[in-house]
Amino acid sequence: MPITITMPALSPTMTEGRIARWFKAEGEEVIAGDVLAEIETDKATMEIEAIDDGILGKILIPGETDGVAVNTPIALILEEGEDVSSMDGFTANAPVVAVAGTAAESSPAPTASAPVAADPAPVATPVPTSGQRIIASPLARRIAADSGLDLALVKGSGPRGRIVKADVLGAQGTAKSAPAIPAAPATPVVIPPTSVEPTEIPLTNMRKTIAKRLVAAKQDIPHIYLTIECELDALLALRKQVNERRPDTKVSVNDFIVKASALALKQVPAVNASWTDTAVIQYNTVDISIAVAIEGGLITPIVRNADLKGLAAISAEVKELAGRAKESKLMPEEYQGGGFSISNLGMFGIKEFSAIINPPQSAILAVGAGEQRPVVKNGALSIATVMSCTMSCDHRVVDGALGAQWLAAFKGYIEDPLGMLL
Amino acid sequence: MADTAYDLIVVGGGPGGYVSAIRASQLGLKTALVEAQHLGGICLNWGCIPTKALLKSAEMWHSLQRLDEFGLAADNIRFDLDKIVKRSRGVSAQMMGGVKHLLKKNKVTVIDGWAKLNGPGKLNVEKDGKAVGSFTAKHIILATGARARELPGLEADGKLIWTYREALVPDVMPKSLLVVGSGAIGIEFASFFNTLGADVTVVEVMDRVLPVEDAEISALAHKSFTKHGMKIHVKTTVTKLERGKDSVTATLDHGDGKTSQITTDRVIMAVGITGNVEDIGLETTGIKADRGHIAVDGYAQTGVPGLYAIGDVAGPPWLAHKASHEGIVCVEKIAGVKDVHPFATTNIPGCTYCSPQVASVGMTEAVAVDKGYKVRVGRFPLLANGKAIALGEPDGLIKTVFDDKTGELLGAHMIGAEVTEMIQGYTIARSLETTEAELIHTVFPHPTVSESMHESVLDSLNRAIHF
Repeated sequence: MPITITMPALSPTMTEGRIARWFKAEGEEVIAGDVLAEIETDKATMEIEAIDDGILGKILIPGETDGVAVNTPIALILEEGEDVSSMDGFTANAPVVAVAGTAAESSPAPTASAPVAADPAPVATPVPTSGQRIIASPLARRIAADSGLDLALVKGSGPRGRIVKADVLGAQGTAKSAPAIPAAPATPVVIPPTSVEPTEIPLTNMRKTIAKRLVAAKQDIPHIYLTIECELDALLALRKQVNERRPDTKVSVNDFIVKASALALKQVPAVNASWTDTAVIQYNTVDISIAVAIEGGLITPIVRNADLKGLAAISAEVKELAGRAKESKLMPEEYQGGGFSISNLGMFGIKEFSAIINPPQSAILAVGAGEQRPVVKNGALSIATVMSCTMSCDHRVVDGALGAQWLAAFKGYIEDPLGMLL
Repeated sequence: MADTAYDLIVVGGGPGGYVSAIRASQLGLKTALVEAQHLGGICLNWGCIPTKALLKSAEMWHSLQRLDEFGLAADNIRFDLDKIVKRSRGVSAQMMGGVKHLLKKNKVTVIDGWAKLNGPGKLNVEKDGKAVGSFTAKHIILATGARARELPGLEADGKLIWTYREALVPDVMPKSLLVVGSGAIGIEFASFFNTLGADVTVVEVMDRVLPVEDAEISALAHKSFTKHGMKIHVKTTVTKLERGKDSVTATLDHGDGKTSQITTDRVIMAVGITGNVEDIGLETTGIKADRGHIAVDGYAQTGVPGLYAIGDVAGPPWLAHKASHEGIVCVEKIAGVKDVHPFATTNIPGCTYCSPQVASVGMTEAVAVDKGYKVRVGRFPLLANGKAIALGEPDGLIKTVFDDKTGELLGAHMIGAEVTEMIQGYTIARSLETTEAELIHTVFPHPTVSESMHESVLDSLNRAIHF
């Protein structure tokens, strides 16, 4: 019986991927370790390798195919002695013999091999949501993209649930998506005693979404807050050097904070996770959401794989994303997802604050202003530039000690910024 | 005694009625259809189909005039009007037979006679003054169609002043002809008789011919018609028709107090149509016709439970394919088919088979601008299309109107060779809500006139390759 290669789940959040290309042709011999195909997900491009020797009998889904759901059979490998006729009846919908990576042991086929993702290794975590390919008309997609509406939130009224223009226009009136995190706790509405009639400001869709998500986050997530102070003088000195060396980049303090957070997440991966009712989902990529204030609300564009990117790259990406965020030109995949958030109000002179977690993430770092403060060092009073950072954690996932461990790692990078460059 | 109780009875066997009846039967409804005259309705018998047969003869005649251009020669070329008409009638008869067969195959009971509502859910049918029977149905669809509108004082007499009926079966070839009205019906007859050599004058009350089409297309049509010898008076009304012995003298009011007179052998009145709402017992259901039409919602419901109206009698656009589609939506809603969408008139293509042909779907540029769209317009002349030149039909334009903001194809307007067969491309594009991007990525076959549809889209972004 031929071995079925299925679309692997290359990350816990992956529900579908793109088969970029096949490196082997039908009929070609494959040896364990050979790269069979290149898979692209919303997060990365990865290769799948053959585990067993055999012949690539049939490619069920050709290269350059988008939206292939995880676990969809994509190819058949013939083992030694099997001939082509053993593949009769196999189609793209054939029963799955070997689920990529994770299900290999439980597969009924005795020699079932399963492709493995080159990097990172497949993880045995369930996929949180069952993201099917979204069927929508091109016009509906265009309008949704232009207005920042997430098509996943739209119910289609066309044939077989296809989302059409009218659905998007209708949804714009009710549920515009702008996953938002709080920059500051909401203040209660107090109408000042005055004889003048108050002004009623109609709720925008973004405002409604922010309200809905924040209420849900604050109600469902048991927040704990951990504050730490970081000295910035070394970082500021390094930043000066960096910017003198490359005046065209202008790396900001915030860029260092993004990088330091990314490395801390790499070091303490348990924070880079989400709570579900059945399991804690730990992410294998470091994707950091950054709160950006925009007209009428805020939005959280994501720097993906921030741990793998250099400061200049992060800096350029944040600038570019924030710029487009302000013009409401982000694509949904550019602000949906992420494993950790940063909200920085330092530039507004805020000393410290606590933020509300951006679900389904488990932690958000609220960054205050770097300011000169008296500090006691070795029994003597001195002056240092100090920044207070408060991490809000979902206690279901991140206990106090774990959070403290993460903050210690973060502080380590901030106070010894050369460590970030290693 | 035949069955008298049905799930659905359709009144009228035109393209709305017979299609509805077949679809209903497919969906398991016990269905009957009442037709007073001929299955297939006006479309098949006195409209779309027989005119196409006539126009094919005219087109061939026109080609014969141009033989030399194509390196061909023939002597003693002539036509026989009787044979042309006979062929046209034969085509209609063949099609009517086809409809009869389809209804039988789909187990639709055909009741021959005139149906009259007798309160909701009840119909009396009579034939030649004699009762055929009384019938009941849970659902009744009125698909009674329409007829030529008459203007007071300018009524057709069927001899010198024709409607489409007489124009389809002309007893003589008029040497001169006045066509009143330049909509699709008027222009097609004007085109037919003009091509066969009649001296044709067209009078249009609006400021341009084919007034529902895009203004640019109208202007090109006007130019092309006059080039072929037609005389056209726009912003002109006919105030008087005086019948002579074998001619009619018309008084034309050109506005600004200017009038003129024209004498022609025959006159064709084509000033629109009016719904057949009389003598069908509408009053027994409490429904009132509004200006010759029955008002309905997107599912063809009249407001009286179980009573529906489709096609011409339910209002414009007066097109066979509109009637058919409206009927299908209506029937599927009745049968409880899932995901039936209300009928919308925004994606109904219109075709006029004059020479050159005209076809369009969606909004004209002016309508789009009126609705507040910032439009991007693409234009491609057939003069730059190899196939059109090879066909010897270089006159024409493909115009596309896009929403600048979303790339939505708001409308497409075409004039020239083969355009009535091509408009469905843009209609599919609109139905699927494609934007200019998908149209641009679509490969059009070469060499075809349809390549100019692609170029027009490209031109909307100033990217046309061949112009």
